[in-house]
Amino acid sequence: MAHQVTVAEEQYVFRPETKRKLFILLAVGVVLLVLGLFMAMRSSGHDEHGGGHAVKAAEQLVASADASAASEGHEAGGHAETATWLKRLYTTLWMNNVFFAGLGIIGLFFITIQYAAQAGWSAGVKRVPLAMASWIPIAGILMLVLWFLTHHDIFHWTHSSLYAEGADFDPIINKKAPFFFWPLAGGTFPIFFIARMVIFFGVWYWFLLQIRKNMLAEDIHAGTSYWHKNQVLSTVFLIFFGVSSSVAAWDWVMSIDTHWFSTMFGWYVFASWWVTGLATITLIVASLKSAGYLKIVNSNHLHDLGKFIFAFSIFWTYIWFSQFMLIYYANIPEETVYFIERIKNSPYSWIFYTNLILNFVLPFLLLMTRDAKRQLSTLKLVTPIIIVGHWFDFYNMVTPGVMQHEGGLGFMEIGVALIFMAVFLLVVLTSLSKVPLIGKNHPMLEESLHHHI
Amino acid sequence: MQVSSSIRDPLITGGKTVKDVSHDISRHVENKPANLWYLAMAISVSLLAYGLYCVWMVLWNGIGMWGLNKTVGWAWDITNFVWWVGIGHAGTLISAILLLFRQKWRMSINRAAEAMTIFAVICAASFPLIHMGRLWLGFYWALPLPNAFGSLWVNFNSPLLWDVFAISTYFTVSLVFWYIGLIPDFAVIRDRAVVQGNNLRAAIYNALSFGWQGGAKTWMRYESVALILAGLSTPLVLSVHTIVSMDFATSVIPGWHTTIFPPYFVAGAIFSGFAMVLTLLIVTRRVFKLEDYITIYHIELMNIIIIVTGSIVGIAYITELFIAWYSGVEYEGYAFYNRVSGPYAWAYWSMMTCNVISPQLFWVKKIRTSIVATFVLSIVVNIGMWFERFVIIVTSLHRDYVPSSWTMFHPTMYDIGEYLFTFGLFFTAFFLFAKFFPVINMAEVKSIVKSSSEKTNQDASH
Repeated sequence: MAHQVTVAEEQYVFRPETKRKLFILLAVGVVLLVLGLFMAMRSSGHDEHGGGHAVKAAEQLVASADASAASEGHEAGGHAETATWLKRLYTTLWMNNVFFAGLGIIGLFFITIQYAAQAGWSAGVKRVPLAMASWIPIAGILMLVLWFLTHHDIFHWTHSSLYAEGADFDPIINKKAPFFFWPLAGGTFPIFFIARMVIFFGVWYWFLLQIRKNMLAEDIHAGTSYWHKNQVLSTVFLIFFGVSSSVAAWDWVMSIDTHWFSTMFGWYVFASWWVTGLATITLIVASLKSAGYLKIVNSNHLHDLGKFIFAFSIFWTYIWFSQFMLIYYANIPEETVYFIERIKNSPYSWIFYTNLILNFVLPFLLLMTRDAKRQLSTLKLVTPIIIVGHWFDFYNMVTPGVMQHEGGLGFMEIGVALIFMAVFLLVVLTSLSKVPLIGKNHPMLEESLHHHI
Repeated sequence: MQVSSSIRDPLITGGKTVKDVSHDISRHVENKPANLWYLAMAISVSLLAYGLYCVWMVLWNGIGMWGLNKTVGWAWDITNFVWWVGIGHAGTLISAILLLFRQKWRMSINRAAEAMTIFAVICAASFPLIHMGRLWLGFYWALPLPNAFGSLWVNFNSPLLWDVFAISTYFTVSLVFWYIGLIPDFAVIRDRAVVQGNNLRAAIYNALSFGWQGGAKTWMRYESVALILAGLSTPLVLSVHTIVSMDFATSVIPGWHTTIFPPYFVAGAIFSGFAMVLTLLIVTRRVFKLEDYITIYHIELMNIIIIVTGSIVGIAYITELFIAWYSGVEYEGYAFYNRVSGPYAWAYWSMMTCNVISPQLFWVKKIRTSIVATFVLSIVVNIGMWFERFVIIVTSLHRDYVPSSWTMFHPTMYDIGEYLFTFGLFFTAFFLFAKFFPVINMAEVKSIVKSSSEKTNQDASH
């Protein structure tokens, strides 16, 4: 090369002040959660009426709400009813775990895309998504544990009475049984479903370990061989991810509304995860920059991250609109019930519209100009909006299917979200502090240093 | 300063200089065409003439000349329409989206790809126009114009009308974008004509270049216009096939109404567009001896796009099949069962083989860097994409809700003739373009001669 720019080695120090702040956040989350639980339990007397009210409300939605009314019927008969407050807790735990699992997975996805596409600009920021990906194994274990803890409340299809002849028999769900229970009979142990969960997280984690190993080895032994090895690994990962991300979305989110289906759903969840992940990467990069780290990252690189967020906010909206509009236009009751339940009931209704404002209108307007994408201040404003916006998106994907008309958004949900956020950041920042902040031997580093747009 | 990492392959080989670029590309405009060109033109024009005869017969006698029947009211016409529109995606994708992603390899291929886009969209538009039957009234069917036909007014709820808006806008912007790109190159040909003393050519290309002088200020304005057009084209290129997919997906026909259609159609369009670009460019680079500009590496990269989009389409097929089963909707389930094993199963399996299985061969480096294999597979992909549209359209329609209406579709010579008409039109236009316009964007290629040519990379490694 014509001339070398020396790159100072950087190491992120996870300072006690930062840790303390995160523990305070964690404590606030716990307090809110306890408060929320207490309040929800107090109002449990109201809940008994609430249950009956919900059934009535569902019946009012006539044929279009057929599915949900039927599911309420199932729960009323036969199963030990879980208290509403506990159901709410389960729902928010599951929803937050799916949301944060996505951030980890997108960390790995971002890195693999950079390798597969031979991207040069991003060489300086790659350690941030790498650190985010360290959440993958934790998310996997949590997912498995939570499934065993909460499945009867969250996944309607786990009730064995649906598959046996009797009042609860559901011919539609019975037909779907092999997707969950194969090779066993419907209503037994969902071995196929669990196997997929374990395999997905296991394979993702394996790829993470391999790719991370090569990235760190490159720091010590210069040369392009590690880059080429990672390119191959990344390509194979992306093939696996292409299939597993869609199936994961069907498993962990779509099957909650067991009767409902949409071919777009896999890509919808992916689009939501992806733009949230990009916003999180950018927010962490911007914060590191403000703290004096990442000297080689300048406004040109921020501009690229900003463009990614801008473009994929629009992409998410495109997917959202395509799914919504086609279902709305064709007006088939089995499909529209999903949106009717979300548009007509509290608190889903305001979240339904808020979702579009936070995830489309605001990022679209705020990141429109070139300057906005190049400033730390605007990026630090827009990225939290998107992260919160997509948290609402996942809230509305998960909650209505579980809680029906009893869903709430209060201290409990906010508290659990804060706990997840604090623990996620503790894990990610610890992981970030253990490796050099910049891959000094990255073959694209020179391009990244001379990146002007 | 532009820096290229040493792991990147060179985009221009043969140690070309800026002057070589002007010469290698302009000379095809300046020289007399080869005999091969005359032969190719003769075949294209004959196809066009025969096609025009068939189109004339359809316009004179009516749509009954086609093989459509009461059950299958849409068949070859819309299959060919969607097929051509899909092909018309690669050009703008290369020039706009790859520009936004700063993919320098687009520079050698964008000109020809954009030309192909424009011709493909014209071919596509001919099908709905002719299907209108009384073409001379088409303005009133398709545009919201005040008229004296009583209550005749366009239906704004119809995706077919959205198509009219989307495709006409897309066509306009693509044409402007393409022409703006040509302006500095026309000026190069004019300047060379002045030196060569060919006054007629100098005058024509001067007019075509709007008297371009290439001052610094002009270039500055020119580049902002190009960027604005790229920004406009990006949503347009995605919207066109999105809306085409909605022609089907907004309905309640099993096999058509599925939410994944918009992005899946866009991916399929890019897939077929790149296949057509490869088919054309592999021939062009050989005939015009442009191997140093359109290198094997370019071909390899386009093949990688084909793998990616082909696999996305594959995931969409599997998703559709899965949801058809998972949904428990009997009609949807039957539509797919019929596709896979019904009387049109041969079309379905042709589609699967050509679109999903054959592109996977490109995982092998030897195959994706082989000219012959790429050429063959690029044609296979476009056959597959034709079958995809045929499968979606005809197999979904031919099994009506009422079994007594069940039937098959048989094309007449006029269905076939109109398809040939578009081939004649497309190739006539493309060969004229290849002769009279510079097939590679000289101005853009010159901008990377320094940083991405083989020579520079060798210098760097020493």
